[in-house]
Amino acid sequence: MTISSSGPSTSAADEAKRARIRASLARRHLTERIFKGLGVAAVVTALALVGTLFWMVISKGYPAFTQANVALEVYFDPEIIDVDAAPVRAAGQSDADFRAQNLAWQRQVTLANWNAIVEQAVRDAAPAGFEIDARSALALVETGERHRLRDLFVANPALLGQRVPVEMLASANTDNWLKGTINRDLEDSRQQLSAQTRALADQLLENGTISFKFAWHIFTNVDSRSAPASAGLAGAFVGSLYMMLIVILLAVPIGVASAIYLEEFAPKNRWTDLIEVNINNLAAVPSIVFGLLGAAAFIQYFGLPRSAPIVGGLVLTLMTLPTIIIATRSSLRAVPPSLRQAALGLGASKTQMVFHHVLPVTLPGILTATIIGVAQALGETAPLLIIGMNAFVASIPATPFDQASALPAQIYLWQGNENRNFFEARTSAAIMVLLALMLALNAIAVLLRRRLERRG
Amino acid sequence: MDMMAGKFAANVTPLEEGMSLSDHPIRLEARDVCVHYGAKQALYDVSIDIPDRAVTAFIGPSGCGKSTFLRCINRMNDTIEGARVTGRIALDGEDVYDRSLDVVELRARVGMVFQKPNPFPKSIFENVAYGPKIHGMVRNKAEAEEVVVSSLKRAGLFEEVKDRLHEPGTGLSGGQQQRLCIARAIATRPEVLLMDEPCSALDPIATAIIEELIDELRENFTIVIVTHSMQQAARVSQKTAFFHLGKLIEEGDTANIFTNPAKKQTQDYIMGRIG
Ligand SMILES: Nc1ncnc2c1ncn2[C@@H]1O[C@H](COP(=O)(O)OP(=O)(O)OP(=O)(O)O)[C@@H](O)[C@H]1O
Ligand SMILES: [Mg+2]
Repeated sequence: MTISSSGPSTSAADEAKRARIRASLARRHLTERIFKGLGVAAVVTALALVGTLFWMVISKGYPAFTQANVALEVYFDPEIIDVDAAPVRAAGQSDADFRAQNLAWQRQVTLANWNAIVEQAVRDAAPAGFEIDARSALALVETGERHRLRDLFVANPALLGQRVPVEMLASANTDNWLKGTINRDLEDSRQQLSAQTRALADQLLENGTISFKFAWHIFTNVDSRSAPASAGLAGAFVGSLYMMLIVILLAVPIGVASAIYLEEFAPKNRWTDLIEVNINNLAAVPSIVFGLLGAAAFIQYFGLPRSAPIVGGLVLTLMTLPTIIIATRSSLRAVPPSLRQAALGLGASKTQMVFHHVLPVTLPGILTATIIGVAQALGETAPLLIIGMNAFVASIPATPFDQASALPAQIYLWQGNENRNFFEARTSAAIMVLLALMLALNAIAVLLRRRLERRG
Repeated sequence: MDMMAGKFAANVTPLEEGMSLSDHPIRLEARDVCVHYGAKQALYDVSIDIPDRAVTAFIGPSGCGKSTFLRCINRMNDTIEGARVTGRIALDGEDVYDRSLDVVELRARVGMVFQKPNPFPKSIFENVAYGPKIHGMVRNKAEAEEVVVSSLKRAGLFEEVKDRLHEPGTGLSGGQQQRLCIARAIATRPEVLLMDEPCSALDPIATAIIEELIDELRENFTIVIVTHSMQQAARVSQKTAFFHLGKLIEEGDTANIFTNPAKKQTQDYIMGRIG
């Protein structure tokens, strides 16, 4: 063969073929551009929706993290706190005897008119000549604060007759008024606070007696009905934490073990097909049905307490199991058969094959599945309502067997609170805490994944 | 025929002086082996004896069932869904499909190099050390290292990877992966070694190293090799079996098969007329 000196020769057929390719190229590139465009549009839409959601929640919720505080000077007036001297332990007095005496004294202290003390402190803080009736004065401060004064006194009876600066939470209504979460132009009859209280609140804010501070008590207090301004998430947070722990401790090992057994060891027959179909069905069962199941099985049959994280955790475990099993199985199935053959061909047993070779490469996938399952469980509300976790619980559960609420149930409760103006922001704040918990969970998963992948 | 004799005779490795294949005891014995994949039959009544301490080559066109038959010997077909094996295969007179036989032990005795390189997604070191470790052949790191280095050396890979023994084996080139898999297979010192096209991705120099290795292993082990290279079959094997469309057409001394095939199909294949 010789190469012609006039450059490569092209036949008419070659030319026609190239033209055809060029013609189809335009169409192919167009298809590609359309597809890319659609993809970008989808991603942008999703991001925009997530962004809007976060923006809405954060913009609504962040005011709840600061709250009006009233810096008052409290006079522990001996005329109002008309109680005996605190008991002192006499020589030779028995322990029980002293405790009984002390309790009696404390009861006496509780019966003192602490509202009068608070009222007096508010009057003292008011500008000279400000006229205010007792009710209006008390409405400025959160009702629970009188208990704090009592506790201060019990802890230190020497306060009697002294003037002490005490920073108190303003009432929820005062907070609303000052933040403007209630319409300030509404007529008197429709305002929660009297005109006197509102005027006083405005003046105190101006002179610095009232100031906005970070509301730590959202994290440290439990829910409260009588003193909504001091309501916090601690009980619900711990309840959710217990349930999460139960889900992780039960659903993850059981789910992963079942998936491994079904995928790697179980014979493929009608029984395993049946199991597979049922697991898929279980994953599609609405969560509220799991709640009913939990109420019937765990509470009525096994006699576990209502509203307890243990029951919630078990119900959520049942709900999460299918998710974890299905996701783990699909990540096991994604392992190429050649890897299994390599291990078996060397004389590894099936168990060695699974634990030395298959699991390490699927661990990141299993981890992701687990986190998704646990996050789902963490945000689940419907089944919790059925097992009574929306009950009002004003304590931090010490064990998973104690009554508790959970974050999503708490959100549901606050969302339905009659003081809408105050709890709208609170609800969003609770959602932020829940989201933060989930993001933290995801961050842990990403970190673990990175470490696993680096090691593998 | 003369032309063929001239083409391959020079290549054929003779057995030791004064020995013929019939002096080698039979290590593996296959009788009427049939394999079905689902409804499709892939192997028809294959019966063959594999001699001890010799190299047996399986040749034949693509898709004729060489790999399938190889997988019957160490029961790797068990792992393929829908595969069904009938007939009898005996290793040292013991039926490998017997219920009482432990398949894990069988595979420890019968090693395999797969057609497609399949290193573990672990370090080169761990790839080679894994077999000896699980079989309790090494007790500490030093012993493991010794096995790894000598296996890699014999597979002709050591010089290329000695500085990155702890990097992933999956990061090697195709041919390097193939040699890694060979090193991994010989590290467990199997009594029978099944090699499915072990040199398909290797250059002539690496191929020569592997062929040398096979020659050396033959002194102590039984080797079955699948190859598409007639030259390779002629060079390394003492016995050759020709498969076609799932049937064993002809088997015998390599020298005989290449110089004087009994069947026309064999002759056509060797001469490059079918394949
Ligand atoms: N896992 C499987 N499932 C179904 N059929 C298979 C499977 N493996 C092999 N076969 C079929 O069995 C027949 C023999 O295949 P085999 O892999 O043994 O051929 P081979 O001789 O090794 O070919 P090659 O030289 O291309 O590797 C082929 O027709 C193939 O399609
Ligand atoms: Mg093959």
